[in-house]
Amino acid sequence: MSHLLSGNQAIARGAYEAGVTVATGYPGTPSTEILENTVQYKSDIYCEWSPNEKVAFEVAAAASCAGARTIVTMKHVGLNVAADPLMTLSYLGVEGGMVIIVADDPGMHSSQNEQDTRNYAKFAKIPVLEPADSQEALDFVKLGIEISEQFKTPVILRTTTRVSHSRSIVKFSERQINPRTIGLEKNPSRFVPVPLWAREMRKTVEKRIHDLQAAAAQSKANRIEWRDKSLGIITHSVVYQYVREVWPEASVLKLGFAYPYPDELIKQFAAGVKDLLIVEELDDFLEEHIKALGITCKGHDIIPNIGELSITTLEACRAKMEGRTIAAIPEPKYLKELPARPPVLCPGCPHRGIFYALGKHDVIVTGDIGCYSLGTFKPLNRLDIILCMGGGISMAQGLDKAGEKRKVVGMVGDSTFFHSGITGLLDIAYNKGSSTLIVVDNRTTAMTGHQDNPGTGRTLMGQPTVEASIEEIARACGIKRVFTVNPYQTKATQEVLSRELDAPEPSLIVSRAACPLWEGKRVGGIRTIITDKCKACKACLKLGCPAIDGGGKKPVIDKHLCYGCGLCQQACPFDAIVNLSEEKK
Amino acid sequence: MSSQIVSVVLAGVGGQGILLASEIIAQAAMNTGFDVKTNEVHGMAQRGGSVIGQIRYGKEVHSPIVAKGTAQVLCSLEQAEALRYADYLAAGALAVVNAQQIIPVTVSMGAAKYPDNMEQKLRDQFGRLIYFDASKKAVELGNIRTANVVLLGALSTGLDLPLEAWHKAIGSCVKSQYVELNLKAFEEGRKRV
Repeated sequence: MSHLLSGNQAIARGAYEAGVTVATGYPGTPSTEILENTVQYKSDIYCEWSPNEKVAFEVAAAASCAGARTIVTMKHVGLNVAADPLMTLSYLGVEGGMVIIVADDPGMHSSQNEQDTRNYAKFAKIPVLEPADSQEALDFVKLGIEISEQFKTPVILRTTTRVSHSRSIVKFSERQINPRTIGLEKNPSRFVPVPLWAREMRKTVEKRIHDLQAAAAQSKANRIEWRDKSLGIITHSVVYQYVREVWPEASVLKLGFAYPYPDELIKQFAAGVKDLLIVEELDDFLEEHIKALGITCKGHDIIPNIGELSITTLEACRAKMEGRTIAAIPEPKYLKELPARPPVLCPGCPHRGIFYALGKHDVIVTGDIGCYSLGTFKPLNRLDIILCMGGGISMAQGLDKAGEKRKVVGMVGDSTFFHSGITGLLDIAYNKGSSTLIVVDNRTTAMTGHQDNPGTGRTLMGQPTVEASIEEIARACGIKRVFTVNPYQTKATQEVLSRELDAPEPSLIVSRAACPLWEGKRVGGIRTIITDKCKACKACLKLGCPAIDGGGKKPVIDKHLCYGCGLCQQACPFDAIVNLSEEKK
Repeated sequence: MSSQIVSVVLAGVGGQGILLASEIIAQAAMNTGFDVKTNEVHGMAQRGGSVIGQIRYGKEVHSPIVAKGTAQVLCSLEQAEALRYADYLAAGALAVVNAQQIIPVTVSMGAAKYPDNMEQKLRDQFGRLIYFDASKKAVELGNIRTANVVLLGALSTGLDLPLEAWHKAIGSCVKSQYVELNLKAFEEGRKRV
């Protein structure tokens, strides 16, 4: 039976078929749907959204040390958060198979950078597998578990946006059963990396990488496709698919198990072709090594190393190599006349209320990763710097201590607060900061498609659980001034904000209202503008609400788009905006 | 079965139902016995942003991504988005466009203008154009959310997949209580050609 699955769905199926019993992760595009799909097997697989990637990694790592088969999922930047346990788990190794699934985002469709996770495999001295379609995504999870158990090493499975979010046809198999009895062996020299034993582990790691290299050269994940031998191409991941269309006649070495580098296979392929080209997305992970082997090849001198590759890009590269010019595809005729359509905060978004309130103050706002990152753009224009998750709080302390003249406001979301905002908050309390901190708590991890987090009272498995209180955590950290506002009530929100910006000590404001998209219902009655009362002052347009069309002389509210949050009604100085449901009464 | 790859591009605004439309096309191609690959945008781009979905089918499909200038059909759920992705279409290929306008925030802020004379511009850009208000038709049928399937009906006339494959695909991709409504929506779209 064939199924049309995305790479992420196929990975979830692969985890099931591989006999995985523990699956953890933290949401992040393009990785999120892996765990969302794994949870359909919850009678066989324990699944959790962990508070962050480091925790997710550690949970899976310990389970694998005890003999369980595990996966842990995250986006590329998530592995930075989990890098600490990664580097040492490489020394400890595992008993049950562990596959670390990391989704890279070449081209930065939904990310702040485009780091290449293959470097982490080399850095941590562990294998990396790279599927090129959904069937391989499924198969490579199983292969990863196999390699992991055979060599007692964690294995990275690296996907990209185009592998994770493309669908292709997949065949299913039966679930395998892990034969191990679960239980951590009481053997400190195996699991405790104090220097005495870590030095021994270090030698084991080196021997392992050597053994793995031989395994990579033999692996079914690496294959030579001999065709015309005048040009040979070494490639990987989804790029393989583009190469097959742009150079259908060329011989190809497809590396699905790229590290440890299968040197013998690379040499054999290079010797069999006249010219060698390395086509890889992002870093010159393969090219640098192949050149170090003394093999002459072309690579990033022709193929771009910025952004994602495509058939169109590679066709241009091929033409350049061959000294041909290809006719450029004409731009759409009216492209220049088209209005940009950037992502925006949805109609009814509670974040809009807090950004609107902040707009009345001359402050610097340190932001974070989430829907509220969109508050950077006009007309809200209220975020000044973003670095990483949790950074919204810690960076406020940095600006404050550097002597920033304006008052500094730090902003994080509910999920990022739990992810890594709490440690920054401890810093501000402990080291006597004075920033005003805002947690925009919309009761869900919204940007990645509404996942639960420690504050929502539900687990990924669908069970009710404790709701961590942001206010109580803040107080426990030592923040004395803790307040909660409803961002849809602009006057009350403004009062609290104005007062706290003037406070001599740090304060934390929880701006709490559920994401209406998640709730699936309007916040209140649909609003409308009474044209006769409207003075065209455009105060409502400062909200940047997609439901308000300001293209004409006077703004108009689209009743199909309005979510009834009422912010525009409160922003209007002329009472020209009314609640349509009340109007009708 | 010809060895040629058929590429379809769906364009629109996040939240318009591109994912379902893409699933139905892919399933219809699969039902016909073709190899299929698709790609859809998730995450940041969903928040009211401009989005595209891509479907490719044939005897053996490598890339899930459509190269510019090669799509046999471009179907846009929003009219200005059709103009934005026009370069994906092969010369002389079919465009199916919903006569619906969704105002981007850049326009509502007064920072940009929504183009006027849309029909004229669309006719100028696309040699072969099916242009009608699928959203209005969907409302008449009782559910605006079926606009995407109305358009699929029109789009299906530009592809070589048998009608039964489409019907079966709709049956398997749509929740059972909505199958009949969507089949009706699909038929309405076919009639518009």
